[in-house]
Amino acid sequence: MKVVLPTPLASYTGNRREVEANGTTLSELLADLDRRYPGIRFRMIDEQDAIRPHIKFFVNRAQAASIAQLLAAGDEVLVVAALSGG
Amino acid sequence: MPRLAVLVGTRKGLFALSADRGRRKWRMDGPHFLGQVVNHAVVDPRDGRTLLAAVKAGHLGPTVFRSTDAGRSWKEAARPPQFPKAPEGQAGDAVDLVFWLTPGHASHPGRWYAGTSPQGLFRSDDGGATWDGVAGFNSQRTTAPWIARGQDAPPDGATLHSINIDPADPRHLYIGLSGGGVFDSPDEGESWRPLNRGCAADFLPDPDAEYGHDPHCLRVHPATGDVYQQNHCGIYRLDRAKRRWERIGSAMPKDIGDIGFPMVLHPRDPRTLWVFPMDGTSVWPRVPIGGRPAAYGSRDAGGTWKRMDRGLPPSQAWFTVKRQAMGADPLDPVGLYFGTSNGEVWASFDEGASWNCLCLHLPHVYSVEAALLA
Repeated sequence: MKVVLPTPLASYTGNRREVEANGTTLSELLADLDRRYPGIRFRMIDEQDAIRPHIKFFVNRAQAASIAQLLAAGDEVLVVAALSGG
Repeated sequence: MPRLAVLVGTRKGLFALSADRGRRKWRMDGPHFLGQVVNHAVVDPRDGRTLLAAVKAGHLGPTVFRSTDAGRSWKEAARPPQFPKAPEGQAGDAVDLVFWLTPGHASHPGRWYAGTSPQGLFRSDDGGATWDGVAGFNSQRTTAPWIARGQDAPPDGATLHSINIDPADPRHLYIGLSGGGVFDSPDEGESWRPLNRGCAADFLPDPDAEYGHDPHCLRVHPATGDVYQQNHCGIYRLDRAKRRWERIGSAMPKDIGDIGFPMVLHPRDPRTLWVFPMDGTSVWPRVPIGGRPAAYGSRDAGGTWKRMDRGLPPSQAWFTVKRQAMGADPLDPVGLYFGTSNGEVWASFDEGASWNCLCLHLPHVYSVEAALLA
């Protein structure tokens, strides 16, 4: 399925903002993303599997509360890095 | 001929100043990791080619980048420092940032240590590619009373810093906890002992508290193992036999005091050291006293101190020099370098007698490390 990434993560994907990854949950999708782009998961998800404070995931425009969120074929996943500070 | 590099970690990226050994012509390389916080960047003195940088973007998790070609290219650690996943239903800690990096002992090529916030100690045995927690420290994080949490933590978060290795015994480690105090381990990190006797902690009710102190920067001399620290409450030298700190900052001028952040040792002479005093009065402005910045140096292990401000702004300079933001190169005479919160890097090529500004307009400087590149 299509995953849209924010610019802070573009260095992991050769500057591609739209990539493909698969999974039946957000957790599986992130594991697949990390196989394709090593290191990318840890910049979004901490070691307790919590979504980092300034990262948000939207599945078909609805915000996901955790990486346990279920996914279906054809879903679109949007990752947003909320900018803050100066 | 090896080139001299001065790595400058800043709030918005990493910059590398370099020069030949004459230190007359300097060039600037960078920024690397533009826009990302670089708390510390260090050259491995064992090979002069490996560089590690502690990196975090404002909105992404913390990581470590490594270069094996003296900074021409960088690769992210395959497994950055991270705490173990807590059992289901229990809360666990997450590394917020990697704060400090220390290359291992010469007898352990490839070994590095990292200190984090929240306070954690990590080790790599493959040149920084993968990191594991030092179990003897990290396993007691949730129970040890000296681990800073909540109100005990400094404003920017509790950190584990100042990781030092005894040159005579690679199993003997020292660390600083802000807050928490100085601790050492005789067994490569398996067990830890408080090492704070004799050190003031004006903010604690017990004048002889075993822990809870706030070391700002601890340095172990690379040749002799002599130990010094710049603490929140003074400058100290460790009597290693008695395991007791002596306040050598008492010999500083009374109108300057002995508060500051960095501690810099001469690479060959264990009796020569430098500090950069900050105003620790009233509400702790943490700027040069009276707006007149100066390093202070001692040639007799802290028995006497000399003001060293030639070339520095004579007045109205209100920057801060952070604990990692001052260092020495290995040349003779020793070069000294410090970076400021307003993005300046200053250098002295005569062991502090006079200072020159190497560059202006960088982001807030968090760390300055000088080393020879192979």
